[in-house]
Amino acid sequence: MRLIFITLLALLLATVVGLGATWLTATRGTEFGTLTIGAWTARPKTGTADVDPYSRATIVRTGELPVGTGDGVAFSATTDDRKRPLDGRCDIVVSGITPPARFWTLTLYDRKGRLVANSLQRYGFTSQEIIRGADGGFEVRVASRSRAGNWLPTGGIERYALMLRLYDTPVGVATRTARDAPMPSIATVGCP
Amino acid sequence: MIRLLFTIIAGVLLGGVVHLVSILALPRIATQDAYSRLTPLTKLNAVSALPLAAPDNNVIPFMDPAFAIAVCRYDLSTGPIKLAVPVSQSYTSVSFYTRNEVAYYAINDRSAGRKVIELDLMTEAQHAELPEDEDVTAADRLIVDSPSARGLIVLKALAAEPGLMPQAQASLAASSCKVQTEPPPAKQAEAPPPPPARPGRR
Repeated sequence: MRLIFITLLALLLATVVGLGATWLTATRGTEFGTLTIGAWTARPKTGTADVDPYSRATIVRTGELPVGTGDGVAFSATTDDRKRPLDGRCDIVVSGITPPARFWTLTLYDRKGRLVANSLQRYGFTSQEIIRGADGGFEVRVASRSRAGNWLPTGGIERYALMLRLYDTPVGVATRTARDAPMPSIATVGCP
Repeated sequence: MIRLLFTIIAGVLLGGVVHLVSILALPRIATQDAYSRLTPLTKLNAVSALPLAAPDNNVIPFMDPAFAIAVCRYDLSTGPIKLAVPVSQSYTSVSFYTRNEVAYYAINDRSAGRKVIELDLMTEAQHAELPEDEDVTAADRLIVDSPSARGLIVLKALAAEPGLMPQAQASLAASSCKVQTEPPPAKQAEAPPPPPARPGRR
């Protein structure tokens, strides 16, 4: 009787620990093969055949299609440079320069990967349509109310993610530091 | 007390095994992966344009709204596939995914270096059956080996400004993805197997 109880307890514990760890890693993601530059994170290996099992689990769970390495690389940010979560009710400025790439796009998603509805149908910017300063740098204002210049509306949602995708770029699996890939800064400049 | 401690240790160790097995099994048992989501929207071995990314359209999460996207869902069991994608004005790329969304190959218009990205997609077995002389005469033909018989080809054309979206969609609409109809000529008995000419960027 006691042996049965103990075996059952061990098996129950194994199920909870095992599936719990799987759920956590598939939802939150892991640190394997991540490239972090400032607030931006990329997983260049997800675009290759030797993607790690944890990333594969995340990809099939969310249903996304990773950007292939011969195509480009995707950086995402959910916090600003000071690790503060991106809040759609605040004014956030994305500014600076981007790594070398033929094209890039900056897109705003909610945490589930959906675009955020707005009357302008402005979901992001491409490198071609952005207004730049005299020095070639740019400044994007991410805010719920309209702003001058490059305004990216948030729709006032509480949490969102920014994605900077570089297309036809040398940035990839071999990139290690911000010197190879200077990413724009993200700063919260004001909250109502 | 000792016995309870052993039980907990055994449970946690076994839990590690359960965790590893479930992580490795997840790609096979997932039902909401991109391939399953695209199956009702796309035709087999043909190019199907996806609706533009919009807030109320979330077939695939985290899709880039600046791109016109079309998908060719392929099944190589009936023969190799010929893919031709005309290059759009700004940027065009073709990405290949296995049934379980492993991005095994991607190419863009510049690395293709022509006005039309032309590719032959086949399984490794079909590639090995290819007669050698044909391989040589068609040296400029790009052959991609698919690790799985089924999968997805995603064609993307950038609309650098929203006004250029119709042009990007039109260039994708002119692309084709179809099973090669003529049966490959029989392999000569003395012909050695061709070298595994895999494309460079992976």
